[in-house]
Amino acid sequence: MKTTRLTTCANWFLDRFPLTKLWNEHMAHYYAPKNFNFWYFFGSLALMVLVNQILTGILLTMNYKPDAQLAFDSVEYIMRDVNWGWLVRYMHSTGASAFFIVIYLHMFRGLIYGSYKHPRELIWIFGMLLFLALMAEAFMGYLLPWGQMSYWGAQVIISLFSAIPIVGDDLSLWIRGDYVVSDATLNRFFAFHVIAVPLALVMLVFLHIVALHEVGSNNPDGVEIKKYKDKEGIPLDGIPFHPYYTVKDLVGVGVFLIFFATIIFYLPEVGGFFLEADNFVPADPMKTPEHIAPLWYFTPFYAILRAVPDKFAGVIAMFGSIAVLFLLPWLDRSPVKSVRYRGSIFKKALALFVVSFVALGYLGTQPATPSATQFARFFSLIYFGFFLLMPIYTRWEKAKPVPSRLTKPLSAVELIPALRAALNEMTVAAPIQGHQSHTFIGSEFRRKPNPEGIRNVLVRLAKKIKASFD
Amino acid sequence: MNNEGVDESKRQFLTSALTVVGAVGTGYLAVPFLAQMQPSVKTMAAGAPVQVDISKMESGQLLRVAWRGKPVWVLNRTPAALETLKSLDSQLSDPLSNDSIQPANSKNPVRSIKPEIFVTLGLCTHLGCSPTFRPEIAPNDLGPDWKGGFFCPCHGSRFDLAGRVYSGVPAPTNLEIPPYEYLTDTLILIGDEGKGAKA
Amino acid sequence: MKTIILSILLLVLSQGVFAGEGVDLQQANIDPEDRASILHGAKNFVTYCLGCHSLKHIRYQRIAQDLRIDEMKVLADVAPQGASMYDPMHSAMNAHDSNKWFGIQPPDLSLIARSRNPDWLYTYLKSFYADPKKPLGTNNLVFKDVGMPNVFWQVQGEQHAKLKLGDDGNETIDELELVEPGTLSEQEFDILVTDLVNFLAYVGEPVKQDRERIGKYVIFYLIMFLVIAYLLKKEYWKDVH
Repeated sequence: MKTTRLTTCANWFLDRFPLTKLWNEHMAHYYAPKNFNFWYFFGSLALMVLVNQILTGILLTMNYKPDAQLAFDSVEYIMRDVNWGWLVRYMHSTGASAFFIVIYLHMFRGLIYGSYKHPRELIWIFGMLLFLALMAEAFMGYLLPWGQMSYWGAQVIISLFSAIPIVGDDLSLWIRGDYVVSDATLNRFFAFHVIAVPLALVMLVFLHIVALHEVGSNNPDGVEIKKYKDKEGIPLDGIPFHPYYTVKDLVGVGVFLIFFATIIFYLPEVGGFFLEADNFVPADPMKTPEHIAPLWYFTPFYAILRAVPDKFAGVIAMFGSIAVLFLLPWLDRSPVKSVRYRGSIFKKALALFVVSFVALGYLGTQPATPSATQFARFFSLIYFGFFLLMPIYTRWEKAKPVPSRLTKPLSAVELIPALRAALNEMTVAAPIQGHQSHTFIGSEFRRKPNPEGIRNVLVRLAKKIKASFD
Repeated sequence: MNNEGVDESKRQFLTSALTVVGAVGTGYLAVPFLAQMQPSVKTMAAGAPVQVDISKMESGQLLRVAWRGKPVWVLNRTPAALETLKSLDSQLSDPLSNDSIQPANSKNPVRSIKPEIFVTLGLCTHLGCSPTFRPEIAPNDLGPDWKGGFFCPCHGSRFDLAGRVYSGVPAPTNLEIPPYEYLTDTLILIGDEGKGAKA
Repeated sequence: MKTIILSILLLVLSQGVFAGEGVDLQQANIDPEDRASILHGAKNFVTYCLGCHSLKHIRYQRIAQDLRIDEMKVLADVAPQGASMYDPMHSAMNAHDSNKWFGIQPPDLSLIARSRNPDWLYTYLKSFYADPKKPLGTNNLVFKDVGMPNVFWQVQGEQHAKLKLGDDGNETIDELELVEPGTLSEQEFDILVTDLVNFLAYVGEPVKQDRERIGKYVIFYLIMFLVIAYLLKKEYWKDVH
């Protein structure tokens, strides 16, 4: 090939920078298990949401004013007077919630496939630090619009620190820089939100990925693919991340963006879950709204806090509910990773955990009535029980034999015939009326629901779910 | 892994198609992101035309008003100053304002609609400093040739009282004249580009 | 096991439902695409509300642009004397006077339709009734002891509360009845309030119509992207067995 000026320049650069090596190590020759399923989209999606938050955040910073007198109005200024400011703001506010949705699903993936187990404990620890940093980032970011919920939410959460014996009051005073949440608090939260925590997030993401690429990805079977390699040392069940998973992740990105855009353009408030109604009222230090709830992503932990009748113990329980996640790699004593080969006790415990997490999340949004508090206590016990009893029940239960190689996943397309059969069973052909039946889809869709069939299908589904728990 | 029987051209086509579609999408996303840095409605509202009442101006007086945050000067020139302007052409780099920015109604030797009332943007065409108003003749610091005008302290550019730049100074063109019009005999509207109050 | 979980969930859910407010809200049948209604609402706002309440986050120019009418027409028909195009809708009343008259400063209403909701606003505006115990002579069914007088008394007329004896022996308000008709018929008054609420909903988020219009194109584009990405994925994954 003739050397052009461009390739000369490129070679000059490549002689001095290991771009090819980096690309090969992390993309083209990074071998990932070939059986990644739906759950494996959320890592790359989290990365994309992070980029979205940083880009839109930079743009918002250009017009936002971190000043108690100006902050609320500057947000409305962005929403109205700044060109496309509304889009950037909605991308940022929706992105915050999307970040948590994606991260919770990403963490749940780790939970069901044992991705935190040996040798990936450090990846899990970095991930948990990321989760902590993300919570701090979201909490401090939520103060910035300086609405009623921003203000009183921050007031309540910072007051938690005052529950700590001896240093508590001084600590919360130090965090606020004032006797109440004020301009000083807003200004420092702004500094943390736009530079300190994002820097930590980006560095942790780097560490998380470096650690992952050192030991390699887990997979839905929880089988180590590096055990079986071909003559060239390539895992038999591995495929290069690029192009296979880059093109696959693009599909995930497409689906995610459709949901993301639907919310931004049609439902930016999501009924008060992503943007709370009371936050459209400017902060008023003299008047607390009737009902304060944190944004949905904090509500499970908030419900645990409220479930405990003692202030300090409540704070310990709330932080404990997050701290216990750090210990997960050492709490789990099961010899197998994936839920597919675990015994029935773990599956049941996991199901209970999911129910209690969702229920706690719901209870956290509701006023603390006596009976709601009782429920919150019950679900908090399940939450902690799932983790703290894990060393016992995971050692106890009988795991199924784990295959030495990956199993073939069923693709969505292959499920279609089964779904069709179920649909056919649930409906009966209705007598054709009138002359519309000549239309193209007429014969396919002119069917009536069949109660008998629906019952059969549901019973079979229930039996199948029950069987999957054994 | 099995790479046999792969339809490379189909792959190539789909890859190109996705790249093009992705690039178009990114381009569309870049529009709002870049447009966000354009002046906002508030800025444009603040940049709306300003009115200047010149009924109380004395001969030789300079008024400074802000338009779009920039200094605009309104100078009531003395008959002597107007007389001086005629003798300067040979020392100026653009005496007829051919290379300078001004509305058509001010493109004349005295660069104004009414000869005595001179309206200009008070920003040096070199690097945007605001020149000082020096109407006096031959002061010590500016030398014996100074006939009155504007002197830029940043890089020493010199302009006469019609905002015309002298030769041999860094500023390339005459001071810029903003669009303006007389609403009445003594009321000037600065910054109106001829279409209502729109920016 | 499953029945236990289910019954627990049902109980929890019902908790939330009963935690709601006491008054049933009436439906505000507003049509955000009805620009004439929004314009009427803007005029009503200036007539009845702007005396006390500002809308500092909307400019007359923006209203003209979004309702696609001439700027000069908005200035002439809607804005009070002396307002200019880019001005926000500021109330003429100063803070000192309002503190003296009402004890508080009437809030800015730019975002009222987002912090409350259109149904609440609609019901609230129609639920004033005569209450001689109050300094202003009126009270409100939705917002008890509100510091705002009934600005519609001339057009709406006077409503009285019809009391009902509850099971616990306390009297509660059953419904409101019109005892003295105003200058407008009930139907005309409903339209006036609907237009006003429609305008306030518009002011809450002026970009809403644009947003939903643009959304269609974005989602159409994303579906196109997804289809190509899926085809590409399918093509590459032929290699993987």
